[in-house]
Amino acid sequence: MNSAPRQTSAQAGNYAGGTSALLTVSGVGFDYEDSAILGGIDLSVGQGEFVALVGPSGCGKSTLLNLISGVLTPESGQISIAGLDGQSSRLGRVSYMQQDDLLLPWRTIEQNGRLGLELHGVSNAESGRLVRELADSFGLADVLDSMPWQLSGGMRQRVALLRALLPDNRVLLLDEPFGALDAITRGALQQWMLNVLDRASKAVLLVTHDVEEAVLLADRVLVMAPNPGRIVAETTVKLEDRTDPEVTTSASFVAIKRQIRQLLNDRVATL
Amino acid sequence: MLRSTVLSWLPAFATAGALLVLWEVSVRVLEVQRWLLPAPTVIFRELFDSLGLLTRHAGTTLVEIVVGFAVSIWLGVVIASGVVWSRTVERSVYPIIIASQTIPIFTLAPLLIIWVGTDIMSKVIVVVLFTFFPIVVSLVTGFRSVDREMIDMFRTLGASPFQTFRKLVIPTALPNFFGGLKVAAVVSVIGAVIGEWVGASAGLGWLMKLSGPQFQTARVFAAIVVLSVLAIGLFLAVVVAEKWSLRKYPARAVHMKGLGEL
Repeated sequence: MNSAPRQTSAQAGNYAGGTSALLTVSGVGFDYEDSAILGGIDLSVGQGEFVALVGPSGCGKSTLLNLISGVLTPESGQISIAGLDGQSSRLGRVSYMQQDDLLLPWRTIEQNGRLGLELHGVSNAESGRLVRELADSFGLADVLDSMPWQLSGGMRQRVALLRALLPDNRVLLLDEPFGALDAITRGALQQWMLNVLDRASKAVLLVTHDVEEAVLLADRVLVMAPNPGRIVAETTVKLEDRTDPEVTTSASFVAIKRQIRQLLNDRVATL
Repeated sequence: MLRSTVLSWLPAFATAGALLVLWEVSVRVLEVQRWLLPAPTVIFRELFDSLGLLTRHAGTTLVEIVVGFAVSIWLGVVIASGVVWSRTVERSVYPIIIASQTIPIFTLAPLLIIWVGTDIMSKVIVVVLFTFFPIVVSLVTGFRSVDREMIDMFRTLGASPFQTFRKLVIPTALPNFFGGLKVAAVVSVIGAVIGEWVGASAGLGWLMKLSGPQFQTARVFAAIVVLSVLAIGLFLAVVVAEKWSLRKYPARAVHMKGLGEL
């Protein structure tokens, strides 16, 4: 709560959008077996905002998402979600998609997609209807009765996103969502996500070590450094048209990418 | 598919047939006494002549097995759930369960007769003693094969521990569970016969015990045949239940296929 900001290079507590913050993390620290994994993380994500966290492996990015989702409990600091008092569990109130699709092999795609709703007591008829509604834009309409093993990795990730999104939480966490896919599929899914994700009502926090992915998808990029994990820099991304297939080769895109690479390299060099 | 299944069973049937012919011929040529070793044809005639008697006693044995089996499944689920649910239960109960299997169950049967009498209860208990162990061990192994990440995924979706258990842990454990159930199906027959042997007034075990001293050797063999049929039938019933329950599960790893269907 009252831990002093450890880094001065970033005003991580501020967000670009003018709307209210849906997710606020302040002074969050986490230790594992006497070594500090995270030290004093401050960040907030506003409504309609897409924020990316980039950093090298082992900087505690995934731990931070596990803390925000409620899977882990922070040793210090506060995490708050709009509309939820600080004492209540965040489990079930934050949508969380991971690198592995974690689909249940004995359930069809539709049954996997509706899992979150089912756990909240929504009837099969109603949750099935909601799955089918979304399935079209997710390109899954034809495979709803298929089993997970019959689908490609890219398709399975889309099912995982659908499952995460259906409970309609306002905060969405993405942990290396396309990290296990080949480069071509990854590129296609990044473009797809730009189109399919209704950002307006949500706050999205993406964790990745792919700088290009961060710049392409996010409005704001936070750079993390390890030992202990902390946010060391912040950059706002302004792009003309993200959905333009050529955007990744545009001058502004390349400039932002270079800037973030520089920030990461500086940090690695001083370790 | 069917054709290849039939073909794959052919060598086993051929071997069994050859052994039966050898048995028949040897008994006839060497003129072995019927009470010492009856020929297969004599055993089959006994099987048909005493069909009513054998069926009646097989019914008694089957009831003991089915009741014991049901109790074992219930007990196995309760114990295995307790073991994975709480460390205290695991530490206080699991070692005792494993140690209990070193006691020859056969020696417990006379005690059970003293304690609960010669009615169906004593036989059911012996069946349970034989069958609950493979069920508990296979379930504990199955429950523990759940991915930590899967459990966390359920938690982030807001699942209660009970929901996670029902919709994730139990389905994950099913393939292991059926493995244990197959072992239990086969040994359950042994359990029932031992129970009947020590003290009963009906059942195939009792019939065998009665027929032996009267030198009705063909009847003992006929009872053995019926017991084998019971065991195979129970095993196949478990296989059918398994096929149905796991019909949506992905096929096991490719290299397992070479080991056959069962």
